[in-house]
Amino acid sequence: MPSAQPATLARPSRRRHAPHGRVRLAPAATVATVLALTVSGCAGWGGGPTGGGPNSINVLMVNNPQMVDLQQLAAEHFTAETGVSVNFTVLPENDVRDKISQEFSSQAGQYDVATLSNFEIPIYARSQWIAPLDDYVAADPGFAQSDILAPMTASLSGDDGKLYGEPFYGESSFLMYRKDVLADAGIEMPAKPTWQQVADIAAKVDGAQPGMAGICLRGQPGWGQLFAPLTTVVNTFGGTWFTKDWTAQVDSPEFRKATQFYVDLVRAHGEVGAPQAGFTECLNNLEQGNAAMWYDATSAAGSLEAEGSPVRGKIGYVAAPVVETQSAGWLYAWSWSIQQASHKKDAAWRFISWASSRKYEELVGSELGWARVPAGKRMSTYSNPDYLAQASAFAEPTLAAIQAANPNDPGAQPRPAPGIQFVDIPEFPDLATQVSQDVSSAIAGRMTVDEALKRGQQLADDVAQRYRTRTSK
Amino acid sequence: MSSVTDVAPVPATRTPEGEPREPRKPRAGALLGLVAWLIGFLFVVPVLWMVLTSLHSEQDAATNPPSLGAPLTLDGYREFFGVGTGANPWPALLNSLTASVVSTVLVLVLAIPAAYALSIKPVRKWTDVMFFFLSTRMLPIVAGLLPIYLFAQWSGLLDNIWLLIVLYTSMNLPIAVWMMRSFLAEVPVEILEAASMDGAGLLRTLRQVVAPIVLPGIAATSLICFIFSWNELLLARTLTGTVAETAPVYLTGFVTSQGLFLAQVCAAAFVVSLPVLIAGFAAQDKLVQGLSLGAVK
Repeated sequence: MPSAQPATLARPSRRRHAPHGRVRLAPAATVATVLALTVSGCAGWGGGPTGGGPNSINVLMVNNPQMVDLQQLAAEHFTAETGVSVNFTVLPENDVRDKISQEFSSQAGQYDVATLSNFEIPIYARSQWIAPLDDYVAADPGFAQSDILAPMTASLSGDDGKLYGEPFYGESSFLMYRKDVLADAGIEMPAKPTWQQVADIAAKVDGAQPGMAGICLRGQPGWGQLFAPLTTVVNTFGGTWFTKDWTAQVDSPEFRKATQFYVDLVRAHGEVGAPQAGFTECLNNLEQGNAAMWYDATSAAGSLEAEGSPVRGKIGYVAAPVVETQSAGWLYAWSWSIQQASHKKDAAWRFISWASSRKYEELVGSELGWARVPAGKRMSTYSNPDYLAQASAFAEPTLAAIQAANPNDPGAQPRPAPGIQFVDIPEFPDLATQVSQDVSSAIAGRMTVDEALKRGQQLADDVAQRYRTRTSK
Repeated sequence: MSSVTDVAPVPATRTPEGEPREPRKPRAGALLGLVAWLIGFLFVVPVLWMVLTSLHSEQDAATNPPSLGAPLTLDGYREFFGVGTGANPWPALLNSLTASVVSTVLVLVLAIPAAYALSIKPVRKWTDVMFFFLSTRMLPIVAGLLPIYLFAQWSGLLDNIWLLIVLYTSMNLPIAVWMMRSFLAEVPVEILEAASMDGAGLLRTLRQVVAPIVLPGIAATSLICFIFSWNELLLARTLTGTVAETAPVYLTGFVTSQGLFLAQVCAAAFVVSLPVLIAGFAAQDKLVQGLSLGAVK
C-alpha cells in the first residue's frame, strides 16, 4: 500500500501543476538569470578602484551641456589620438558634489579626474585631496597656460600658490535684456547700469507683452541658486557675509538693504513662481517671452543665441548692475582636477590637457557649432574670428565681465576668504543654503527680510566664531 | 502595483433582463465603480503624463502651461540610447538586471526555508525570530551608509556589482521572510497531514504539495524584491562608479542645472520602468489568485 500511494499522489499533481508552475516559470527564470550573468560579464563584474585597465581613466563630471558634448567627442578624438579610453560618470550638480566630496575625502581612488569648481579647489587643495598641476603644465608647453585668463588661474590655485585645476569653461554674470521690448517702450539701457536704473526699467516694461515680467531673478533656495546673484548684489551695496576679522555681517544695514531691494524687486516686477525659480526656470522665461530682463550667468547667452532659440538676436548684454563698486559680476569655472590617490595621473593630465585646450574649442566649433564652445577661459577664444562671428552679441561683455572679476577683493571692504558670489570656506554651502530658504520665504511673502536675516546672522555668527577661535590660537 | 489595485467585480450593478429596475443597488454600485475608476485614473495619469512628455521636444516639454498637443518626436529616446551623444545605457541596464535577478533568487533560496521553519514547522520562540527579522529593517539604510562605504573601500569592493547583490539580498530578506511566512501559514494543515499519510517525505511535500499552493505568494515576493532592488538608488549611487553603475543612477545623470532635460528624463524613466512593468504584467495572474482557493474540499 505505501508504495502505491506516492504514485497516485504524484501523477495527478504533475498534471495539475506542471503547466502552471515549473514548465513555464522555471525555464524563464533560469534563462533570465543565465542571460544576466553572461551578458554582464562585460558590464559590472570587473569592479574595484583599479577597474578599467591600465590605459583608461575614470572621470566624474557634472551634467552640463558642455560636458555632454565632451562625452560625445572623447572616444572619437581623444581616445583615437592617445589610446587612453575614458569612462564617464555623469551626475546632476548636487549629486556630483556629494559624490566628489565623499570620493575625494576618503581618497578612494575610483576616479582619476573630477569636475570641481573654483569654490572647491582651494579647499580641496588645502586638504591635499587633489594633485598640483604645475609640473604637468611646465612639461606641456602646447597647453599654453598663459592663454588662460588670469582671474581663472588665480581662483584655481591653492593657498600655497600652486595650480590645482584647469578650467573647462568659465563664466561671470551680466544683465540680459530684450532689446526689442525696451526699444518699443522707448528705453535705452545704459552700458553700466545701476541697480536703481534696472529697477526703474523693470517697472516700465513689466507687462509690456502679455505675461511678461519686468525681470527674472533667482528665488530658488540654495547657495548656488538664490545666493549666487544675491551675494553679488550684497557686495555692490557695500555689504559682506563676514569682515576681515570674522565678524558676521548678515544683519548689517548694507546686507539688509541689498536683500530688501532684491526681494522687493522680484515681488513687484519679477517672474511668476519666483520662490522656485532658478537658472533653468529663468532661462525658460526669457526664451518664452515671459521676462524682459534677466541678471544671471554669462554662460546663459550660449543657449539664448543658439539655433532654434526663439529670442536669438533679440537679446542685449550689459555689465552686472552696480551701486557702490565698479563691477559686480561673479566668477565661476567648472574645472578639472586630479585626485591625489589616482595611479594614472599622467593619463589624467593628457585628458585635461586635451579637454581644456584651444584645439578642443576648435573641435567643438567645427563639429558641433561655435555657439557650443566651452568658452570663458582662454584669451585666444575672444580673438577667434569663427567664434566671434557666432558669439559677437555676448563675447565682448563676457570677456569684460570675467576680466573685471576680482575674487580677492569683490566688495567695499577686505574679506577673510576669497570668493565673489560665495565665501570660500567649507561651511558656506550649509550656511547660505539655510539663509536662502528664509530669503526665499521672504520672496514668497511668508516672512519679512528682517526676520530672515536675523536668523541668518545667528547662523553666520556660529561659523564666524569657529574661525575667530582658530585665528586666535 | 497591479496586485493591490485589483477590485473584485460587483455583480449587483447589472440587473437581469426583464426584471424591474432596482434603483438603489445599481446606483450605489455605479458610484463605487466610478470611485474605483477615478482612483485608477489618478494612479495612471502621472505615468501617462511621463510617456507623453517623453514624446515631446525639450522646448515643448518645458512650457507652462503645458502644451498637450505639441508634435511628437522620439528625440528623448534617441538621446537616452546615445544617438549623437555617445552615451551607452546598456551596461547600466544590465547591471540593474544582474543585481535585481541574482539578489531576488538568493532571497527566495534563503527566505522560503526560513519561512517554512517559522510557519509550518515553527521553531521555538518563532515570534522572537520574526521580530528580529523585522528589527533589521528599523535602522534607516542611510545611517549605515558610511560604514558600508568604508568597508567597501577597505575590502576593494567599491564599484563591484557583487556588493550590491549582497546588500540587496540582505535588504530584502526580512520582507521576503515575513511575506513568505504569511503565505505558508495559509497552507491548510490537513493537506500536509494527508500528504504525510500518503507517505510523502519532506522534499516531496514541499515540491508537490506546498509549492503549488504558495506559488502566487512566491511570485508576489519575487516581484516585490525585484522592484525594490531595481529601483534602489541610495546605495547604488554611493557605492558604484563607472563599472557597476545601475539604471537609476544612470537615469539621474540626465538632470542638469543648465538647460532643458524634462523630455530626456521622462524617456529615460519610461525605459527604466519597463522591466518592472513587464515583470508586473507577467506575474499578474499569479498575484491575483486566491491563495488557498479550492485547496480544501
